[in-house]
Amino acid sequence: MSWSSCGSSSICSWSSSSFVPHDPPSKLLKKRSTPSIAQPGWKQRRNYSHNNRGVSKVFGYYGLKNPPYKLDALEPYLSQKTLEVHWGVHHRGYVEALNKQLEKNDRLYGCTMDELIKVSYNNGNPFTEFNNAAQVWNHDFFWESMQPGGGDMPTLGLLQQIEKDFGSFTNFKEKFIEAALTLFGSGWVWLVLKRDAKCLAIVKTSNAINPLVWNDIPIMSLDVWEHSYYLDYRNDKAKYVNTFMNHLVSWNAAAVRMVRAQAFVNLGEPKIPVA
Amino acid sequence: MALRHLLTKNTLATQPLGILGFRRVQTFSLPDLPYDYGALEPAISGEIMQLHHQKHHQTYITNYNKALEQLDDAMTKGDASTVVKLQSAIKFNGGGHVNHSIFWKNLAPIREGGGEPPKGSLGWAIDNNFGSLEALIQKMNADGAALQGSGWVWLGVDKELNSLVVETTGNQDPLVTKGPSLVPLLGIDVWEHAYYLQYKNVRPDYLKNIWKVMNWKYASEVYAKEFPES
Repeated sequence: MSWSSCGSSSICSWSSSSFVPHDPPSKLLKKRSTPSIAQPGWKQRRNYSHNNRGVSKVFGYYGLKNPPYKLDALEPYLSQKTLEVHWGVHHRGYVEALNKQLEKNDRLYGCTMDELIKVSYNNGNPFTEFNNAAQVWNHDFFWESMQPGGGDMPTLGLLQQIEKDFGSFTNFKEKFIEAALTLFGSGWVWLVLKRDAKCLAIVKTSNAINPLVWNDIPIMSLDVWEHSYYLDYRNDKAKYVNTFMNHLVSWNAAAVRMVRAQAFVNLGEPKIPVA
Repeated sequence: MALRHLLTKNTLATQPLGILGFRRVQTFSLPDLPYDYGALEPAISGEIMQLHHQKHHQTYITNYNKALEQLDDAMTKGDASTVVKLQSAIKFNGGGHVNHSIFWKNLAPIREGGGEPPKGSLGWAIDNNFGSLEALIQKMNADGAALQGSGWVWLGVDKELNSLVVETTGNQDPLVTKGPSLVPLLGIDVWEHAYYLQYKNVRPDYLKNIWKVMNWKYASEVYAKEFPES
């Protein structure tokens, strides 16, 4: 079971899809192979070279994934125009730029999206592919962190964990909004499950960085690059952030991610009732 | 120095040393634009100029004043950890004020000389350092477009070496963070708020068009002040 199968758009069929932390880059280098069966979503390009007549080279590309709702579904909080530009131009731009870069780079070809992000982050000294790869992933995750009729509160186990780690949901909400408003420049605010500390935390990241590079598990995110709110809210970042928390954030999606995260992080003994 | 002159010109408060030696913190205020909001059309729309000036720049100034008050308070109390903690807010908001104050002077309506290429010593220095004005513009546009996230692209002069440099800074870092002897001549704001309403994500178009309203006269004045022609 892997993270990449839900959140990202990668379509590498032969690479191992497991979320493998801290593998040295050499293990992740895959040889380009030539599958004979056309996979759905593959873009095929037959390339008959002079030496290898009849042998076709297939290039796999990343695709632009649709948000799980129509582009006008988040009105009146995020306009259709914003979604059209943010998803259709910015997000699409990152996808196309990434594909163009991967065309020229054999080394990084064949990774799942998660692997690509970790490898290209290169422990803080990122390759040029990092920005595009991370932003593709970040935006996929962000669209799925929102839903029409979102907001309100989480329930059940996720709420319990939030109350455990932040005291109360109100306190968490305050801290999250504060983090968004004190982030200088462009970046993202995340609710993550930290693997080592085994608790939820709020994390701010700059530009394209995301918590995958520190091996933490993101649960929910908010885009605070100016392009994500400028058309609807102009400079009123506070209104945007509050609207996100009150009307857009999808606690359903967050709960699903939390459930999956608990397969990797042991948050404590299950409460088995004593007979 | 030109920068310090800019800042002190716009202060409201003075610094009287009262009987108790009480020093009030200098507060800053929003400088007026030397032209109307719509005067830079069609290169930069009036809506952007108004928001940029009245909202963004004003916010930097408000938060800078607040941070300075808190800093003064912490310094008086000898609270070292708070003093250090405030540094990032001061760098960000103070930098925002410094940078935008320069930016407004860097722009001029076309009828007031915006876009007119530099002559005199600066024009000669540009040819010397970059080959031609077109080459300089190309370099600045390339660097500005490649900057990830938010920041500025600068044309500066190194006081010590008397050479022109093109530099980028992230967020609101002023040019001096790239070198203590660097003096900014021209700065282009490539934060999204500077162009988004008009150009959306097509930053290269914004960079191409802003040269039509670039105030080379100001840049030449700053340059001539650093290196007066003997």
